[in-house]
Amino acid sequence: MALPQAKQDALAARIAGLTFAREGWLGVARAEALARLSAMGLPAKRDEYWRYTDPSSLTVVEAPPATVFAATDESPVFDAIDRVKIVFRDGVFDAAASDDLKLAGVEIERLSRAGGADIHWAREVYGVLEARGQVPVQRPLAALNSAFATDGVLIRVTGQAAKPVSLIYHHESEVSDAILHHCVKVESGAEITILENGPAAARFSKVMEVEVAEGGRFHHVRAQGRDHERRAVTHIFARLGAGALFKSFTLTANGVLTRNEAVIELAGDEAVAHVAGAAVGDGAFHHDDTVFVTHAAERCESRQVFKKVLKNGAVGVFQGKILVKPGAQKTDGYQISQSLLLDEDSQFLAKPELEIYADDVKCSHGSTSGAIDEVALFYLRSRGVPERVAQSLLVLAFLAEAIAEIEDEAIAEDIRSRLEGWLARHEH
Amino acid sequence: MLEIKNLHVKLEEEDKQILKGVDLTVKAGEVHAIMGPNGSGKSTLSYVLAGREGYEVTEGSATLEGEELLEMEPEERAAAGLFLAFQYPVEIPGVGNMTFLRTAVNAQRKARGEEEMSAGDFLKVVREKAKKLKIDAEMLKRPVNVGFSGGEKKRNEILQMAMLEPKMCILDETDSGLDVDAMKLVSDGVNALRDEGRAFLVITHYQRLLDHIRPDVVHIMANGRIIKTGGPDLALEVENNGYADILAEVQ
Repeated sequence: MALPQAKQDALAARIAGLTFAREGWLGVARAEALARLSAMGLPAKRDEYWRYTDPSSLTVVEAPPATVFAATDESPVFDAIDRVKIVFRDGVFDAAASDDLKLAGVEIERLSRAGGADIHWAREVYGVLEARGQVPVQRPLAALNSAFATDGVLIRVTGQAAKPVSLIYHHESEVSDAILHHCVKVESGAEITILENGPAAARFSKVMEVEVAEGGRFHHVRAQGRDHERRAVTHIFARLGAGALFKSFTLTANGVLTRNEAVIELAGDEAVAHVAGAAVGDGAFHHDDTVFVTHAAERCESRQVFKKVLKNGAVGVFQGKILVKPGAQKTDGYQISQSLLLDEDSQFLAKPELEIYADDVKCSHGSTSGAIDEVALFYLRSRGVPERVAQSLLVLAFLAEAIAEIEDEAIAEDIRSRLEGWLARHEH
Repeated sequence: MLEIKNLHVKLEEEDKQILKGVDLTVKAGEVHAIMGPNGSGKSTLSYVLAGREGYEVTEGSATLEGEELLEMEPEERAAAGLFLAFQYPVEIPGVGNMTFLRTAVNAQRKARGEEEMSAGDFLKVVREKAKKLKIDAEMLKRPVNVGFSGGEKKRNEILQMAMLEPKMCILDETDSGLDVDAMKLVSDGVNALRDEGRAFLVITHYQRLLDHIRPDVVHIMANGRIIKTGGPDLALEVENNGYADILAEVQ
């Protein structure tokens, strides 16, 4: 079916200033992504998948300007963690601020240098998982990213990574519009932790494709910080082989608009995927977690744990789906989305979905929205705990189930202390 | 220590008067008991003193060592030395008992301008006090009161009291839901805290608890007022004859 003229025009305008090199395997992959995008057009508010989040500021030609948030009182996240740092400023790689891209058990190459190189493994990942993730739900912004990403990293993990790889995104220009694309291939039995933090740009588009081979283990912890005016759309596409493990956790505080999509395919038997998020929103904050987990093999386990604390008119969205394909017997699927509304102006919109075509599965889902427990608050205060502190304790308690999804205790503690710091400031 | 004068309290949401002129003076070092039939206003009195929302003081005052309690926030009352052991201790999933205790102890110290307790010192003290109340390390690690039995919850209240070392302790039906052994344990915990600088107000339905925690003064409360005050014998009288005689006598 041909795309309506209006959609064609909008897309043409959006990509008019964007180009990519057509040479090599990467050029081919980008051209294919552009073809996918051209067939879909850009998302619009009336699309079912964008019903709760208006994509117009993500699709408009010029990125809406965003004042850079000067966090004088911010304690940098992951500082205490020994890691390989890879730094981008407004989407541009900063070699001076980055560590050598060398790590035992890991091969790291920048996307911008990969086009001519014959990186076999990346050819099977770049744009490939994204393309698989376009069915049954279209994700045009991910295809746009695959076509026009300016940089990113290609990470192949062949053994036990000696330390985490840490992607750091600085936002320095009020009008920056960054598109980054990363690929990660965790080979059989290998293991890595990827850390990500920072607002990245006024408008940030990021795709991470993750292929985890048999018995591989992938950990991902991300902190999207207090940059109030930035906008971001991110996608993680993951495909898991037999016995593979995928764990992703995201902490978000503010940002005027965030759409985090996770599209996970459990393709091998006994694979495990956990995806979790803790979001703290204050004021002009719209945060959308959209998750799609496909069980395509037997005896796999998936967990989705999303918690949002909202106040002063902040809006939280959760769209989570578990699809169990025919034959995916003994599936164990779990999904919970909860919000803590600290006032009556804030809003939580949840759309949990289960679609099951196998008969021997265990799937549960739940979604709740509630206020702070006044009785618990009084109990804490009656013991001398000031109201603010008591409220922070209850907020942390509410988020605990999501944070518990971080396997590494030192990283979990880092995330916890950052959250405590935010809450102690009484503004996020 | 605690001085309550002509206290009138109504529910905020409905026009229902609960306390209709309570007068009560508790001196340092004393243990007072309040007994009375259901609905007489005993628990309301304890909640109003601790600062729970939902009540409106229409008349009267309550002071702790001369300071007006009723104008303070609940946490300020606690820092001033007031403690309420809840009839129904609250479960708080996700907040560790130890974290809770330490936050409370240090918040009070901070409010009083004292130095905060180090993690090491705190651990030492809490372990020692917990042991006396037969609270094991596992219970300290668990979320506040979650999955605790009735007896464990009440012992946890007494542990908090022992850690916070308040001046004025109000025990709201601490004996409810306790078996004989647990009551002994809780009473021993309370008795260990008795000294000349500290006062207790023990609210109970039954004389039984007062066998363990011997009161100096016993008050009978009915219909929002204290209608009779006497010595420990008054509790025995209630135990033997019920409230009917006393109520009739007053009317």
